[in-house]
Amino acid sequence: MFEGVPLNWFLITATLMFFIGIYGFLVRKNLITMLMSLELILNSVNINFVAFNKLLYPQHLEGMFFTVFIIAVAAAEASVAIAIIINIYRRLVNIDVENMNEMKN
Amino acid sequence: MLIMRHELLLVTITVILLLVEIFLPHDKKHKIILPAILLMGLVTIAGFIPGPTGILFGGMYGTSSLILLMKNILNIGVFIIFVQSVSWLKLEEQKEKISEFFILLLSTLIGMDYMISSGDFLMFYLGLELATIPLATLAAFERYKEKSAEAGVKLIFTSALSSGILLYGLSMIYGTTGTVYFPEVSAAYTAAPLQILAFIFFFAGMAFKISLVPFHLWAADVYEGAPINVTSYLSVISKGAAAFIFMIILYTVFNKIALMWRDVIYVIAILTMTLGNLFAMRQRNIKRFLAFSSIAQAGFILLGIIGQSQLGMTTVVYFVLIYIFSNLGAFGVAAIISNKTGKESIDDYDGFYRTNPLLSLTMMLALFSLAGIPPVAGFFGKFFLFASAAKQGMYILVFIAVLNTIISLYYYLLVIKAMFLNRSDQPIGYFKSDGYTKFGLAMCVAGIIIIGLASPVYEFILKLSYGLY
Repeated sequence: MFEGVPLNWFLITATLMFFIGIYGFLVRKNLITMLMSLELILNSVNINFVAFNKLLYPQHLEGMFFTVFIIAVAAAEASVAIAIIINIYRRLVNIDVENMNEMKN
Repeated sequence: MLIMRHELLLVTITVILLLVEIFLPHDKKHKIILPAILLMGLVTIAGFIPGPTGILFGGMYGTSSLILLMKNILNIGVFIIFVQSVSWLKLEEQKEKISEFFILLLSTLIGMDYMISSGDFLMFYLGLELATIPLATLAAFERYKEKSAEAGVKLIFTSALSSGILLYGLSMIYGTTGTVYFPEVSAAYTAAPLQILAFIFFFAGMAFKISLVPFHLWAADVYEGAPINVTSYLSVISKGAAAFIFMIILYTVFNKIALMWRDVIYVIAILTMTLGNLFAMRQRNIKRFLAFSSIAQAGFILLGIIGQSQLGMTTVVYFVLIYIFSNLGAFGVAAIISNKTGKESIDDYDGFYRTNPLLSLTMMLALFSLAGIPPVAGFFGKFFLFASAAKQGMYILVFIAVLNTIISLYYYLLVIKAMFLNRSDQPIGYFKSDGYTKFGLAMCVAGIIIIGLASPVYEFILKLSYGLY
């Protein structure tokens, strides 16, 4: 299925995704959108790992394992983040980062 | 089995506490406090029993005597925090969630233990995340307070971003070396441009975790918003564990580009110390003040890491040991004041000595130790750090560090002046602290004094660090 797709293409996709994620994280004001940007970053890492594993080091499976664990940990992280976001929503009735300036110094 | 005893013991008591929590009736949740503290004390003592060291799971997990000592140090710190947080946990708002606090704290400690003794990047990443995710819930522990929720959100987002950046670096390391095991990565590392980029990503991710200067801004807000006992955990245990693993990875994995990261750390150490100190000077909130002072202390830790030798390793472990006692002492006093009176501003401390002399003396001792005044332990910690950097010929760095010590002395003395010299019409009234708080603070004071006077501690660590570097 991946015959003929060179490694570079995967890496370029992953790099684009990574920086789109960073951009979104820095620019967006909504916490949920920021969380989505974080997922983009983590998924770009996943693409990197799988592409390296499949195309460069097919004899070991470390990259695949790493990806599986990243997916699992990202899910845990997202659940905790969403729990805290819900808590914030209950206090502030919105989830805009601009409103989170209780401690400005 | 015995090689992993620290983690297994901690997992065991976590499960025990979970089970006890299920069977406790609703109005008797506070009954878990004493068993939790006793169990943690037992684990701390059991950690000191000598046992086998070695490598497990094909190199994913490994311990040495020095790593065991690091885990013991963290155990002691967590034990003190358990004891200190009792007065806060007994408040009306926390009554329902007492056991959650212990369980979450223990799971982060398990994560840190795994992180310190990891032998490959996968284990390291899992330990790191296990240490961070429960911390975010702890920071947001006071659900009814806006500040606390804000701290939680800031902690989880910055830490997730930093682990994303770190992972991107790790993926490049994997792509160029084909392995994630520390010794093999070190052997295959050729300092190719992509590998250097990977190192930069890795460094940035770790610097977030230790809150070094260009990446420190999350720390002040999170430290201020989180409950004060969680703040002390964040600034002491979490930072100490991250510094340990950072040092281990720099020494074992990136040893081939040591000359390169030495320059990076050189600059970042100066920035961290100076900016941390300058910001600490203008803080009026005690939590924020201690947060910035702990950022500055992280800069001092870098001085030991830069020494890259057996001596450097020893000094970092020794310094973190002292730092745990002194910072927990300061946080302990701040916590009991905050819990009893709700006051967290340094101006409120005016005339504190007249009403609560013992607590003020403890605070003074802890702050002296943080500043590094000779009779107490902090002086020796700083002295050995400076010696280790000076041995590498970095006299300018040491000079700047000494200047920073003087600056830090100024603002530590401001707090002491407020307590002892300033007069106030309405000082904080006299209050009696409970037995747990007294015990926790007594442990901190004993640690500060004993480590300062007993040189065998230092010699002992020096002997242990022989193998690792």
